[in-house]
Amino acid sequence: MREFIDGATAVARAALDAGCDFFAGYPISPATPLLLHMVRELPRCGGVAIQTEDEIAAISMCIAAAMTGRRALTATSGPGISLYSENIGLAIMGEVPLVIVDVQRMGPATGGATTPGQGDVQFVRWSTSGGYPIIALAPGSVAECYSLTRRAFDLAERFRAPVFLLTDKEIFLSMSTVALDSYEYPPVRPRALAPAQMDEPYAPYRPGPDHTAPLFSPIGGPHIVRFTGSSHDARGFLTKDPATVGRLNEHLWRKIEDHVAEIELAQADLQADACTLFIAYGITARAMAEAVRQVRASGRAVSALNVQTLWPIPERTLLQALAASADGPRAVTRIVVAELNLGDLRREVERVIYRWAATTGRRAPEIIGLNRLDGEMITPEQFMVFV
Amino acid sequence: MRGSARVLKTYRNDRPYPFCPGCGHGLILNQLDRALVMLGRDPRRVVLVSDIGCQGLGDQYFVTNAFHGLHGRSIAYASGIKLADPDLTVIVLMGDGGAGIGGAHLLNAARRNIGLTVLVFNNFNFGMTGGEHSVTTPQGGITATTRGGNLERPLDLCTTAAANGAGFVWRGTAFDRDLADVMAQAMQSECFALLDIWELCTAYYVPNNAFSRQALEATRQKLGWPTGIIRRAEPETKEYARALNEAAAPRSAVPPLRPRPVVPRYTSGLAREFRLVIAGSAGGKVRSLARLLGEAALLSGLWATQQDDYPVTVQSGHSISELIFSPHEILFTGVARPDALVLVSEEGYKMARRYVEGLIAGSWLFTTPAFAGLETPARKVICDFEAAGIRESKKHLALLTTAVALRRLELFPLDAFADALRGGQRPEIAAESLALLAASASVSGREEEASR
Repeated sequence: MREFIDGATAVARAALDAGCDFFAGYPISPATPLLLHMVRELPRCGGVAIQTEDEIAAISMCIAAAMTGRRALTATSGPGISLYSENIGLAIMGEVPLVIVDVQRMGPATGGATTPGQGDVQFVRWSTSGGYPIIALAPGSVAECYSLTRRAFDLAERFRAPVFLLTDKEIFLSMSTVALDSYEYPPVRPRALAPAQMDEPYAPYRPGPDHTAPLFSPIGGPHIVRFTGSSHDARGFLTKDPATVGRLNEHLWRKIEDHVAEIELAQADLQADACTLFIAYGITARAMAEAVRQVRASGRAVSALNVQTLWPIPERTLLQALAASADGPRAVTRIVVAELNLGDLRREVERVIYRWAATTGRRAPEIIGLNRLDGEMITPEQFMVFV
Repeated sequence: MRGSARVLKTYRNDRPYPFCPGCGHGLILNQLDRALVMLGRDPRRVVLVSDIGCQGLGDQYFVTNAFHGLHGRSIAYASGIKLADPDLTVIVLMGDGGAGIGGAHLLNAARRNIGLTVLVFNNFNFGMTGGEHSVTTPQGGITATTRGGNLERPLDLCTTAAANGAGFVWRGTAFDRDLADVMAQAMQSECFALLDIWELCTAYYVPNNAFSRQALEATRQKLGWPTGIIRRAEPETKEYARALNEAAAPRSAVPPLRPRPVVPRYTSGLAREFRLVIAGSAGGKVRSLARLLGEAALLSGLWATQQDDYPVTVQSGHSISELIFSPHEILFTGVARPDALVLVSEEGYKMARRYVEGLIAGSWLFTTPAFAGLETPARKVICDFEAAGIRESKKHLALLTTAVALRRLELFPLDAFADALRGGQRPEIAAESLALLAASASVSGREEEASR
């Protein structure tokens, strides 16, 4: 059984299945279809959806609602992420579970409102002050729009952090045929709750063991909750005490970085005798998949990596792909990183590979960027010239 | 635990205020404490949402919930809390600075009449950052950024909020004896309540302007602005958070957005991927047609994709849909070179030149007499629906021309397309579409010799 469906509907369905019960957003192409879905569907499931006066109000309301226990979602495109920027920092500092959908369009500025782009990869990573780590997932198909939206809610809840679903106009708005049995249903695990009865006053910002998120208690629930975006102690009071501030900031860092293995996702499609490795994500991964099919149909070998967590970069899978090839009959001598930007992911691949080469003494493969900025998509043919 | 309200003698904790000597913030917070005691609400059901500025420290001295966010956004956070849990008592502590940078939120919360109580600690300047001017600095006021006296007119927060729907609006000073009573009334009003509370910044505005308690009143009189309760309306609109929650559509019996599997009822003889591009004008129903073609392909056991291109305008400019039909899964949705191009408007042609140039011998061009002169190595089929006497054919060129194409190309049965029309459109539209589909049978198209 198959359905004819776009990415926006898959994201909305996944959000509802993940228990999303609060949405606030502001219209912007090409993200508006999700606003429309949520305004229509959420009230029917007992949720709240609102079109706000601007993007700042949208993410502000989501953050606040999340702290009352709601599972909040917002959606925008690059220009809206600019307006979300300061509040993304608040969501990091306040340890707020929040899913942010960024339907990328061509930039900068107003750019091409109905034109695909993938120029927000580094932007979402560094979208707010302080430099703290962020989680960003990139669905490479409509089916992945479903599974990775569920995954985004799971990660947001468990890590109590903002999680981006970084998609693009073509994956989000184009219709595809999806076999129903190809959908995956990763679990959505709720944030850990503080017990209603506690022996000592609830400390909303006491980190869990091994730098996990603090226990949650909703505003309006059994405990007095102090939420703050300023440097604070475990009880949520402002402090400048260096030891306390240092512990807090280290916690915000290690909460993500110490758990990268639980977060990173990539689909490796490797051939032992391939000397070329394609790397792509989002709509560009669709062209990559078609190129791989055609290359192999012609009897040649090629490997491919569909990057599903842009942040954190799936270093382990990338290095495993290289290690596997190093043990095979031929080593990967060339990596092609394809994206609709000036090399946002490529610079991360270079960082990982060159460090690997420096520490292992192995020879680094040539790393080539396949980039396009004219508003058109990268085509399978553009990949195939590298094999 | 929610029901077990404890009677508190104070909602203050044991932390001392950090404010400058003579600052009005402590006076206002003391009145807030009195108001909370009067109302006796469970502190777990009260939220103080504080802004940035000295007054933004205020939430730390209470035993209620606290939400301390970004500068100017306190009303937006408070709105989010109220929408999520409309029974909470939500109080905003903000300064005149926050009222300026967050002006859009203030206006819109007033307009919605969302049940927040907003206390503006209005001391006419930015106390925390060094005494810069704010939106409420009186004309002539000396501040760090208006050394020669402020040239800007001060913002009348009360009139602005009242004119835009705030249900409870009051102006007074931190010294007013009835301030706690007013706060309690505001909280009980279930309206968007704005209290513009004038006070002294003893670090900056007082020394820079030889300002005083008496000067508060003199300033107000000079402006001619009213004091006391400025608007207290039976709210003409219901409290917004409750209204929005109650306005929810009837609960759906089935979970929304379930998959709509298409059960194949027809078969197709298509053996490879086939790429069809329809190039027309916005408003010409190109995209909706393409979607129905995709549904028809699925009804015939095929896989399909649809990718659209259109400008930011709605009913003007081009509208192009790229369709791929295939007996196997389609990995990439883009079309570089169509196997068939349906070209029905000048606007479509302007943006479809690359498809026209991509046509080769063996590919197809289905078009109207207007493009009869187009040179192409493809098989060119000219469809003249006007000559065939089809009424209002110009409005439906995309559907009509595509119908001719479907008959020639035999990608999937025409009955599958008819089923998709019936299933995917409102009945009256479907009837019109089916009539056009039937009428199109009279036009087979004039095939011209391949040129070039």
